[in-house]
Amino acid sequence: MKATLIQCSDLGFSYENRMVCEQINLNMNEGDYLCVVGQNGSGKSTFIKGLVGLKAPAKGKIDFCGMTRSDIGYLPQQTVAQKDFPASVQEVVLSGTRALFYGAKEKRLAKEKMEQMEIADLADRSFRDLSGGQQQRVLLARALCAAKKLLVLDEPATGLDPIVTEQMYELIAQQNQQYGMSVVMVSHDVSSALWYADHILHLENSMRFFGTTEQYLETSYAAQLLGGGVR
Amino acid sequence: MNLILESVLYYPFMRRALVAGVLLSLCCALLGVNLVLKRYSMIGDGLSHVGFGALALAMALGLAPLAVAIPVVIVAAFLLLRLNSTAKIKGDSAIALISTSALAMGVMAVSMSSGMNMDILNYMFGSILAMTKADVVLSICLCVCVLVLFVVFYNRMFSVTFDEAFAQASGVRVNVYNMLLAVLTAVTIVLGMRMMGAMLISSLIIFPALTAMRLCKNYRAVVVTSAVISVVCFLIGLFISYIAATPTGASIVLVNLAAFIAASIAARLLKRG
Repeated sequence: MKATLIQCSDLGFSYENRMVCEQINLNMNEGDYLCVVGQNGSGKSTFIKGLVGLKAPAKGKIDFCGMTRSDIGYLPQQTVAQKDFPASVQEVVLSGTRALFYGAKEKRLAKEKMEQMEIADLADRSFRDLSGGQQQRVLLARALCAAKKLLVLDEPATGLDPIVTEQMYELIAQQNQQYGMSVVMVSHDVSSALWYADHILHLENSMRFFGTTEQYLETSYAAQLLGGGVR
Repeated sequence: MNLILESVLYYPFMRRALVAGVLLSLCCALLGVNLVLKRYSMIGDGLSHVGFGALALAMALGLAPLAVAIPVVIVAAFLLLRLNSTAKIKGDSAIALISTSALAMGVMAVSMSSGMNMDILNYMFGSILAMTKADVVLSICLCVCVLVLFVVFYNRMFSVTFDEAFAQASGVRVNVYNMLLAVLTAVTIVLGMRMMGAMLISSLIIFPALTAMRLCKNYRAVVVTSAVISVVCFLIGLFISYIAATPTGASIVLVNLAAFIAASIAARLLKRG
């Protein structure tokens, strides 16, 4: 029996008194790979922001079951300002350790995560000179420096070409299977979500489905979102 | 050269301008890197206009200029940061709105209190004679604060500047850092605008950071280079203005412009070569 990691009960978020997603009830265990799916504007990103503490719930609550904020690694969507930010890859990855000063321990951690992301050779390159795929790997390495138990990813494959997207998903799956990292990922790419994740949360402003991927495939939502077969 | 240096240091007002100027240039450069990277460059400009309005108003009412200007500009800095994040009016229009209104109020205040044409010119374009002993002391305090922020909380500053969402999610109190940045910027601008002029002070915040970003590829190098460029450009500008009797603020800005153009050309040549 795996330990419970997150429990949401009647969770809801609002912007200016308008509920954007509500009635979220779910139970996530350690080692789970949960994918959040739904149309644009269905409250997926809001839910993620709530999960990492960027947005306070309007009702209900999230129970982290003993896990603290510092056990979570977050990969937000990239901002415009980052595209031409003068920072070396190492500086970006190290900032994930959230230490006030970087000692040998932090540098070792950063090196280990860069190696896992296969970007160790880019350490001294400038972030702004990298390709989109490389940039995402750097940000993933940073998130991994912060993550002890849970990795939270907001559309990690936005703007990447299909091959690089595939590699990105493989790296995330590897973290889940090989290192036992729990994953929560928002994605509009439903077929990949169903391929990699073992649990699905479907939002259409309120929770429509939560359960295992096998169960989800039998619902009508899966057919609607996929608009055809699963690969 | 020695002779010029000696004669420069002979005048107390020059000594004050030299000390305060070097410290303020350093503060501007360090704060500027973060403001530019956060896309807040225009805030510096907006705040200097607000500072002008506040100074003019204080003079017209016979109040101590700094005691009025510093709190007013700090409040304006908070307002601008908030507008930028909540954005009912978009950030850039909000800045234009606030800065032109403050400028208009300042001009009104000056024109209503008679016989201050010289003062208005001094506020707008700065005067080397404007630095008092109190200004120098304040500059030293400010510089210590900015340096502590950048030495002790260097990694936090990077994290907050590079990715606010990530920093906040990992438990960094982003708002505290943004407020610190706003307060320090506000004080820097009010102190600096007396020498540099309300119209010109924001260039001291923006230019060194942009010049450094042309040349350097990582954050640490950008911060250090920006600080060095800022202080060197200030010194060159000050000496030019002393020797050629040109306006101090304008001389410093033009030296900064020259450095920026040189860096841009160098960067382009390096890329090609």
